[in-house]
Amino acid sequence: MSDLIHKSASELADLIASKSVSSQEVTSAFFDRSVELNPKTNSYLYLNRDTAIAAAKAADAALANGEKLSPLHGVPIAVKDNLTTTDAPTTSGSKILEGWVPQYDATVVARLRKAGLPILGKTNMDEFAMGSSTEYSAYGPSKNPWDLTRIPGGSGGGSSSAVSGHLAPIAIGSDTGGSIRFPAAVTGSVGAKPTYGAVSRYGLIALASSLDQIGPVSNTVLDSALLQDVISGHDKHDSTSLPQSLGSMADAVRSADVKGLRVGVVKQLDSDAFQPGVKACFDDTIAKLVAAGAEVVTVDCPSFEYAIAAYYLILPAEASSNLAKFDSVRFGLRVTPDGNPTIERVMAATREAGFGPEVKRRIILGTYALSSGYYDAYYGSAQKVRTLIQQDLAKAFSQVDVLLTPTAPTTAFKIGEKVNNPLAMYLNDIATIPANLAGIPGMSVPNGLAFEDGLPSGVQILAPAMQDAQMYRVGSIIEQMYLAEWGAPLIAQAPKLEVL
Amino acid sequence: MSEITPDLVRHLASLSRILVTDEEVATLAGELNVIVDSIAIVTQAVKGDVLATSHPIPMANVFREDVVEPSLTQESALSAAPDSAEGRFRVAAILDEE
Amino acid sequence: MAKEALMPYEQAIEQFEVVIGLEVHVELNTKSKMFCGCANIFGNEPNTNVCPICIGLPGSLPAVNKKAVESSIAIGLALGCQIAPTGRFSRKNYFYPDLAKNFQTSQYDEPIAFEGKINIELEDGVVFEVLIERAHMEEDAGKLTHIGGATGRIQGAEYSLVDYNRAGVPLVEIVTKPVYGAGARAPELAAAYVHAIREIVKSMNVSDARMERGNVRCDANVSLRPHGQAKLGTRTETKNVNSLRSVENAVRYEIQRQAHILANGGTITQETRHWHEDRGYTSAGRPKSDADDYRYFPEPDLVPVQPSLAWIEEIRATLPENPGLRRKRLMEAWGFAELEFRDVVNSDLLDQVEATVAAGAAPQAARKWWTGELARLANSQEVAVQDLSITPAQVAKIQQLIDSGELTDRMARDVVAGVLAGEGDPEAVIEKRGLKVVSDDGALIAAIDEALAKQPDVLEKIREGKVQAAGAVIGAVMQAMRGQVDAARVRELILERAK
Ligand SMILES: [Mg+2]
Ligand SMILES: [Zn+2]
Repeated sequence: MSDLIHKSASELADLIASKSVSSQEVTSAFFDRSVELNPKTNSYLYLNRDTAIAAAKAADAALANGEKLSPLHGVPIAVKDNLTTTDAPTTSGSKILEGWVPQYDATVVARLRKAGLPILGKTNMDEFAMGSSTEYSAYGPSKNPWDLTRIPGGSGGGSSSAVSGHLAPIAIGSDTGGSIRFPAAVTGSVGAKPTYGAVSRYGLIALASSLDQIGPVSNTVLDSALLQDVISGHDKHDSTSLPQSLGSMADAVRSADVKGLRVGVVKQLDSDAFQPGVKACFDDTIAKLVAAGAEVVTVDCPSFEYAIAAYYLILPAEASSNLAKFDSVRFGLRVTPDGNPTIERVMAATREAGFGPEVKRRIILGTYALSSGYYDAYYGSAQKVRTLIQQDLAKAFSQVDVLLTPTAPTTAFKIGEKVNNPLAMYLNDIATIPANLAGIPGMSVPNGLAFEDGLPSGVQILAPAMQDAQMYRVGSIIEQMYLAEWGAPLIAQAPKLEVL
Repeated sequence: MSEITPDLVRHLASLSRILVTDEEVATLAGELNVIVDSIAIVTQAVKGDVLATSHPIPMANVFREDVVEPSLTQESALSAAPDSAEGRFRVAAILDEE
Repeated sequence: MAKEALMPYEQAIEQFEVVIGLEVHVELNTKSKMFCGCANIFGNEPNTNVCPICIGLPGSLPAVNKKAVESSIAIGLALGCQIAPTGRFSRKNYFYPDLAKNFQTSQYDEPIAFEGKINIELEDGVVFEVLIERAHMEEDAGKLTHIGGATGRIQGAEYSLVDYNRAGVPLVEIVTKPVYGAGARAPELAAAYVHAIREIVKSMNVSDARMERGNVRCDANVSLRPHGQAKLGTRTETKNVNSLRSVENAVRYEIQRQAHILANGGTITQETRHWHEDRGYTSAGRPKSDADDYRYFPEPDLVPVQPSLAWIEEIRATLPENPGLRRKRLMEAWGFAELEFRDVVNSDLLDQVEATVAAGAAPQAARKWWTGELARLANSQEVAVQDLSITPAQVAKIQQLIDSGELTDRMARDVVAGVLAGEGDPEAVIEKRGLKVVSDDGALIAAIDEALAKQPDVLEKIREGKVQAAGAVIGAVMQAMRGQVDAARVRELILERAK
């Protein structure tokens, strides 16, 4: 049954539901492949056969009793390591949390369990999700299955490499400035950041609370839609969680129709900043949409120019406070310097040893942005830029249903290429950040291989807040146009990981 | 060039409880200057009266009822602690001896 | 560290104007904590009322306790404050091991209540108006115990232990504007103010208000300036002064200490100071150079609090009468002597007496029951008189039976004992214990005749005008009737026989 690993989650769910194959068989297939290939990709930080198989058996037993717990019943899944799990260590890619087994499950994890999805393991990430390549993981970078010398994007590169390398059919990611969408783009997979508040953040180790959002990673638009349907919905433990349901994303995907679609191209994100091959793929997507009958207009979002600057003030500011709890008292690493140190010195030594350079950089930057005398100019202005971006978007969405941009400025770059240049790394998020600042949904769908390097490119779809269904609808339209051309998802063109 | 001096870096590191060597202070000051220079443009973005957005999706009055829910056991609460004693989290002394 | 040089108090007041400011933290008595469902209980085993939220585990998020918000609004209203139509929580960032997240979720630029005032009456009736700057919601920290070293104090401790049971307990911090013009009475006013806050929150039942448990805690700001100087002097903030006596003494001490320094050409350091209850002095806290920069910013994990006018009015309607005004009203209504009234107040029996009067008893009778027999019984049972299992309505009923002659005083005490023993309402106790005033004169007359037969000279003495001689017979009759007769009726009948 080795072809199981190339099936989409929805196909696997159907096979399991019809009892053509058991969840245990599917879970074993992905597990065995993960054990074999993870040394190549470093997608997972932790794999546990016992708990995964036990969950798969439980899913099979439920099904035998006539209980189908969700549309993804029995389909195994990988979970980013910044979500708490009571049966697996949760490190958020940091040394400071090495070996921590949380005392509670994240709401999303609890929902996965309740929906009958066995958890294969915890995926690698940039430390505390700070980064765009997983090179800032304390446990070494993950590799891109298209080319193992390249990054799989970040911070959720563990999840994207697992899904694109078929080490898991679907995965959970988190997206603060593009950490689901950028990895999806550079690995030829699909990833969505729902509207802020659509998915509970309870149990997500916070990076920047007002920007963080959990979302699905998959190889097809339908799989992401199905997964978003499983994990979303109001949670009383997250006060920012939306009270209302946003409807079924899977239904939106299945009823997608290009008729009457109005598409906006953002003037500020249609420039030479993009790699020519990426730009060519994007132009091709637009041409296909026009050919299919969509109306395309250019919209002006002047405040996008300030998005990265605002983001790199808000994120470090919130992160500096969120990461203060890592102090060696209640959990995690403790480093005690020589002599008879005070708690203050123990905390400082622990944080020095436990945090990597990028984390320290951002904590200090955030502390600066919030400190008295600088707050108004930096943090205050950045919060106002959010308002401007929302105003620009409101205006744009009054003319169009969705906005399209290339997801990433480049294809996957080489490991080591940008690691010592934080500013260059920050620019990867230029197209994805506005969605987080404004709270709107955004997703990346594969739209071809760049002509220069033959590496995957993605198109980003942005929709108004709460209109995640609209985003999925357009994602599906684009996916169908390319399926007609390629005959199979883009991922089928990836080299065989086994022989790399 | 912005104003991230080594002394400011030291102060910020102390506020954030991160031990830094002189070498790190020098590196950080250099990197932070570059970053701050590039993000300082936010100060020019806003002209006139603009409200700040601290929550991307506006909501208000989200409350929980005053109901007691189960707590962790003491054992579980202390289970991840680097050190504990007498049912409590143990930490180094707070003040230097006088 | 020891006491510093002080200027004599009168001299300090003569030379300087005293300005005080008070920050009072009130722990609310909600069932659960401010941001999580852990029980808000004092005195449990350490770290048993904790969860991922209040010990700040990664990934956990706060959720606001609605009752705590209501109580905060109620306190604001009771202090004459305006309630902010929109407010929010902010994070106050500083590292300390009793603060699980290393930030306190508090309110900064948008407190829930602001701009209030209350009148504070000193013991001799002089009234000062104290302006309230703001009242805001926040969470309490955990509790540190310092182990080793000589004294268990923070200085010299070998290590410390942290219990987070108190972490996340809801607090309302009430901050006054600077209080001018109290002069020599500033220390007294400070204590009276804290007392008044305590009384108000207790009357509202939003806090247990027990200072010995830290339910009400005070930070006292004191500054001095030469009379006539416009600019305020440098202030010190004496932290956690936790009894009324300490508040008064700490303020007095700071006045004398600062006066000595200023008079000798010194300057006051702006600092926090600690009050040493046992030895009666303040000492400088550790200078916290970085603690000044709390890097407040809006709490992104919580959404704004925007109380509607309807909600505010609903809460206002539940407010009890101001305790000071209530005392004034009751004292007039009851006509007690000053000492009698103070006895009721000091025994914390206003509620009981008022309810007993409301149930029909005369004020004096109600007072006598609660401060007399019932207080005595409570004392002998070592419980608070308020905790006795007898209701004001039952007390009033018993008094009514006395007034109508159906019970004698001695029988009434029996009935009280029966009620306390759980035998039911007064009527049930009377029934069960067979406590009935004998009103059948036949039996009574027989008993009187029997007694008179044993003391034949008594009738003679009465006829001679020595009416008090009846007493000997009354005693004998009462004994024979086991107390279940009205002594006045016995006397009446004896006098009749003598005619
Ligand atoms: Mg406070
Ligand atoms: Zn709790």
